Amino acid sequence: MPKVTKEEKKTNIISAALKLFSEKGFYVTTIPDIAQKVGMSVGNFYNYFSSKDILAKELVMYISEYLGENIRLINEKDISTEKKIDEIVSMYFNMADNRPEMIEYFLRVYLSNREVFGNGCEGMICVSAFVTELMIFFDNGVSSGELQDQDFFSAFGLFMGYLGGMVFLFGEKILPEPLNSYKKSISTNIYNALKAR
Amino acid sequence: MHSKQDKKLKILWFRGVTCNGNTHSFLNLPHLEQLLNRFEILYHPILESTLSLVEITKLKDKCDIFIFEGAYDPLMRRNEVLIGDIVTHYAKNAKHIIAAGSCASFGGIFKASAPQRNSGLIFNEDVEYGPLQSYKDRVINLSGCPIHPEWLSYVLGMILNKKEIEVDSLHRPIELYSNLAHHGCTRNEYFEWKVDADNFGEKEGCLFYKQGCRAPMTHSSCNKILWNNVSSKTRVGTPCFGCTEPNFPLTNLFSTKTNMSIPKDVPVGISKRSYLTLTGIAKTFYIKRLEGKLIDYKRDN
Ligand code: SF4
Repeated sequence: MPKVTKEEKKTNIISAALKLFSEKGFYVTTIPDIAQKVGMSVGNFYNYFSSKDILAKELVMYISEYLGENIRLINEKDISTEKKIDEIVSMYFNMADNRPEMIEYFLRVYLSNREVFGNGCEGMICVSAFVTELMIFFDNGVSSGELQDQDFFSAFGLFMGYLGGMVFLFGEKILPEPLNSYKKSISTNIYNALKAR
Repeated sequence: MHSKQDKKLKILWFRGVTCNGNTHSFLNLPHLEQLLNRFEILYHPILESTLSLVEITKLKDKCDIFIFEGAYDPLMRRNEVLIGDIVTHYAKNAKHIIAAGSCASFGGIFKASAPQRNSGLIFNEDVEYGPLQSYKDRVINLSGCPIHPEWLSYVLGMILNKKEIEVDSLHRPIELYSNLAHHGCTRNEYFEWKVDADNFGEKEGCLFYKQGCRAPMTHSSCNKILWNNVSSKTRVGTPCFGCTEPNFPLTNLFSTKTNMSIPKDVPVGISKRSYLTLTGIAKTFYIKRLEGKLIDYKRDN
């Protein structure tokens, strides 16, 4: 059996922790639960993350970097802002389909347990990769004349609040159709709301 | 036999379309007299000179250092002589040509008022253009609106001492223009922590986010070689207008251009992505000392 590297083990812990935290909740999940799920001893777990709080923060950064990296790839494409919106929406919904624990964690743990993230993960610190990339997206859109100049957070909230809300409704099994069937109409709505006029 | 006067390098200072701001700025040089005593002023519109305007427009004489102030307007005449003829005559024979100020360097304010017509001596903004293309290797651009008197003094001093003056791609001496106007500003700590001055004229706070300060994008040593040896614009609360750059003048100088609250321009040589990453994190922290008046903070702490 090929030897699992330290980096791979870390990724395994991250995946397992994301699943457990988003399914069972942050406080109910214990380090022994996570260690058991990855098949390692609790002692060995601490070689990777020295506390549950530190793991919690690393998870936010992991998700933020994952999202940031994917949006960066879209930002760097030579396509219209309208098309970029389509692609960001697709990317986000695919992530909700394929790795729902990432978005669940973000919505149900990060945004709901602020006391865990208050120290060392406040403001932009842990989500900077993701927010920065959206800033670049908006900045490019306004520079090229495709988007209306307005307050950043008004636009950010409209875009990300909308997507987060849809994924939440989907998670609550309220949406009658699969998430993907809303992609087109949601992209169009976002573009119409943000476009230059 | 030559008199001592003959051995001095001859300066001829000529005006194009100008407000004379560079002349006035230069008159504030603390050691002006000592400096000028080492040259012969063949002609200057304000200072005592060897020749008159009528004499120099006969185009019979030569100078060693030709200083041109103001934008170049090809249709302009002085004493009925086309300025193009005057400029090329003196430039052809001069060892050094100095464009004094942003108008002479890149067109500046007077180019903005007649964009199809006026330009600098060898540049129209940052595009090579203007009457002295054939002599461009000898042209030193001292951009600034107006020039800092010490910058001209530095160049004349280097010439006197037969020192090579290295210039950047826009022909500005790199020793003066490798700095950014931001370097040495007393508000640097506020820039680091992204604390803005909310109102014009406040002593505390950085002027980058709201007040239009262009110093981090502007090559100049204004905050290093202080004006009148005392202060600078940003130190007293006026934003830097970027007057040494070829795109000067911009518009709405007292407000920062933003796209969705994100500064349109970021400091020279730093990618927007890196800049925004750092800014977002710095803005997260609340630093009480930097939020109000420093004096009040000191009293209370
Ligand atoms: S006011 Fe301008 S020069 Fe001063 S620190 Fe802020 S950006 Fe730099």
